[in-house]
Amino acid sequence: MTIKDEKMAVKNDVKRKHIIAMLVEDNPGVLTKITGMFARRNFNIDAITVGRTNNPGISKVVVTAIGTTKTLEQLEKQINKLVEVVKVSEANSGIIREVCLIKIYSPDGKSPEKSRELLFEYMKTFKATFSDITKDAMIIEIVGTPEKIDSFKELMKPYGIIDISRTGSTAMIK
Amino acid sequence: MNGAKVFIESMIKSGVDTTFGFPGGQVIPLFDAYLDYEDQIRNVLVRHEQAAAHAAEGYARASGRVGVCVATSGPGACNLVTGIADAYMDSVPIVAIGGQVPTRLIGNDAFQETDMIGVTLPITKHNFQIRDSKDVESTVAKAFKLSLNGRPGPVYIDFPKDVQSQKVGKRITDEEFRNIQIKGFDPTIIANDMQISRAADLMIKSLRPIILAGGGIISSNASNELREFAQLFGIPVCTTLMGKSCFDETHPLSLGIVGMHGRRIANYAMMNSDVVLVIGCRFSDRITGDTNTYLNDAKIIHIDIDPAEIGKNVEVTIPIVANAKNALSQLLEAIIMKVEKIERTDSISSASKKNIIGNPEWIDRIKKYKTACDACVNFPSKAGNQGVAGSAAKIFPKSIIDELNKIMDKDDIITTGVGQHQMFAMHYLKLRTPRTWISSGGAGTMGFGLPAAIGAKFAKPQSNVYNIDGDGSFQMSIQELETIRSNNVRLTSIIFNNSYLGMVRQWLELFNDKRYSQVNLGSEIDFAKISRAYGLEGVTVEKTSELPDALKNARDSSKATIIDVKIEEESNVLPMMTPGGNYKTVFGKCMKGPGEYF
Repeated sequence: MTIKDEKMAVKNDVKRKHIIAMLVEDNPGVLTKITGMFARRNFNIDAITVGRTNNPGISKVVVTAIGTTKTLEQLEKQINKLVEVVKVSEANSGIIREVCLIKIYSPDGKSPEKSRELLFEYMKTFKATFSDITKDAMIIEIVGTPEKIDSFKELMKPYGIIDISRTGSTAMIK
Repeated sequence: MNGAKVFIESMIKSGVDTTFGFPGGQVIPLFDAYLDYEDQIRNVLVRHEQAAAHAAEGYARASGRVGVCVATSGPGACNLVTGIADAYMDSVPIVAIGGQVPTRLIGNDAFQETDMIGVTLPITKHNFQIRDSKDVESTVAKAFKLSLNGRPGPVYIDFPKDVQSQKVGKRITDEEFRNIQIKGFDPTIIANDMQISRAADLMIKSLRPIILAGGGIISSNASNELREFAQLFGIPVCTTLMGKSCFDETHPLSLGIVGMHGRRIANYAMMNSDVVLVIGCRFSDRITGDTNTYLNDAKIIHIDIDPAEIGKNVEVTIPIVANAKNALSQLLEAIIMKVEKIERTDSISSASKKNIIGNPEWIDRIKKYKTACDACVNFPSKAGNQGVAGSAAKIFPKSIIDELNKIMDKDDIITTGVGQHQMFAMHYLKLRTPRTWISSGGAGTMGFGLPAAIGAKFAKPQSNVYNIDGDGSFQMSIQELETIRSNNVRLTSIIFNNSYLGMVRQWLELFNDKRYSQVNLGSEIDFAKISRAYGLEGVTVEKTSELPDALKNARDSSKATIIDVKIEEESNVLPMMTPGGNYKTVFGKCMKGPGEYF
């Protein structure tokens, strides 16, 4: 390949999902800085979560972003420039988990798609549990990879989804 | 001791003896503290906070030290924003201090309250809000360290009034102050040995090498290393706008500026090279034009202290993260070690004759084309270029630069506004000493020139300072004439007066069928009269023959002089690369067309 071809190949790289884990100093405005920087550089944030770590004063921020390898490389470099960011790492191959709460209509058992037994089967297979049950609606909670949650969500559609709340992925490198 | 006094002491400890600022309600305690340290630090009172920021920039760029500007809260600090953004784009080390309403009022929409932390977030390297006077010292120490180290840049400090007045108890030691730790800030300044080795191999194998030097050479004070490197191996050097003056432009290896308004020899040499050594340059769109066709046939070695700039706009073959000074030294050593023993002498030496790097055919081609390029004076000039007073014929802008080149000393400093006059200066001035070219590059802020010249003169009082301005740019900071008078700042401001917003007019002529919209700035202004009203010297020049004396008198005068030069209204700055174009799509004639040598 000529130098020109190599350059074109990089530019036409395919977009995929990346999960980036950052350790940041727990100061007011840190999250604003990170999201502000993403917006300014035109990077789309799919999901973001932040929480304390066992290090006092240090929080972990996990961002799910969609982009090409080149975009993501630039992203990581820009994040590293922020003074409050202590460490940045790609977490795609680590343990990825997300929490999801789904509110569905309580199955009336009147049609085969809305069978109660099927619902319990699904929940057993996906290791989901009930958070709240009333006559009219049920809230189910499920923890897993985003893909697992996507699959479960599809299966809940026939029951009628009233509301969904997802946290976005957090990650830990093995 | 209150927060304000400790702040002043901390600034003095950080090496500050001059700040540029304008007071207001929320900085009264801070300005009061200045009165107790008059023998160690002074504030230069400007007449608009934007000028304070630009003056801090001029000071920083002329001296290599951190420039400081101070304003009150709300609109005062907001007026600093343009200068802070300018410093961010051009990587200039400044610390901007803004007063703030008392902490109990923050977030309550108090009088003259603005969320400056939020506003400056995207345009600073980092910012701080001091919430307790015990944090004053560490904040100042960190701010200065961040501003100056790694890739330099602006840092903003938000200083609430009650914290300024708050008593300070325990102080930190001088040792702690000097060695303040900033977690998460650890720039790489020494290059990786393997990358250096690969770069050395690539340069040794190159047939048509060239060096592109950017602002990073200046920030890193690497001019000597650059000259030694270029001379030892006989490699031609071109620079960006920000890099101008890092390499002696009268040197035979100097090709001048590249990019949209660059010299044709520089652009063509870049496009026909096979290995480009790029140092301290971020490949702005003004340099690259269309990135799809830029340097596609060359291998690029990119040295920069900011890893985010490498590979951002242009793919590179060998990335090297380091400061320019170290990287060039390391590269020089590596090449010397790989080839036979070379003597380090001061002229284009035996090494280049042995063709360690490059080859004589390339150097020969460049020399021939450069001679032709230097001889070119071909602009479409509407009237004659002799400029006769009272007649329609006005002065040809290049004549002013020619006269400046004749009278300038090595250490004279040039500042510019933004527009055609800036491009004329960039293209034709021959500068030899680093830190003598102070011009707003990335941001292109009109009104930058005059306050930056003030800052530069405070940094280098022994140097003559010339501000090259346009009538548009000059009017944006005209109120600083009083700052000049009351501090007796001896500088010369030359206004390229064509009564137009020149650069915009040029674009409208070339790309918009001459549909002039809002570019006429008025031809009845008597700048010389205004200057005299401010107690300075004011001179109007309408004939080319009057230029040499006007410049000499201004330089030797005991007062600052404003020279209003009436130039051709519709001259264009050429050659000009079309926006988003490449080096082949350039307007403007050439004495020898490209086909003859390339």
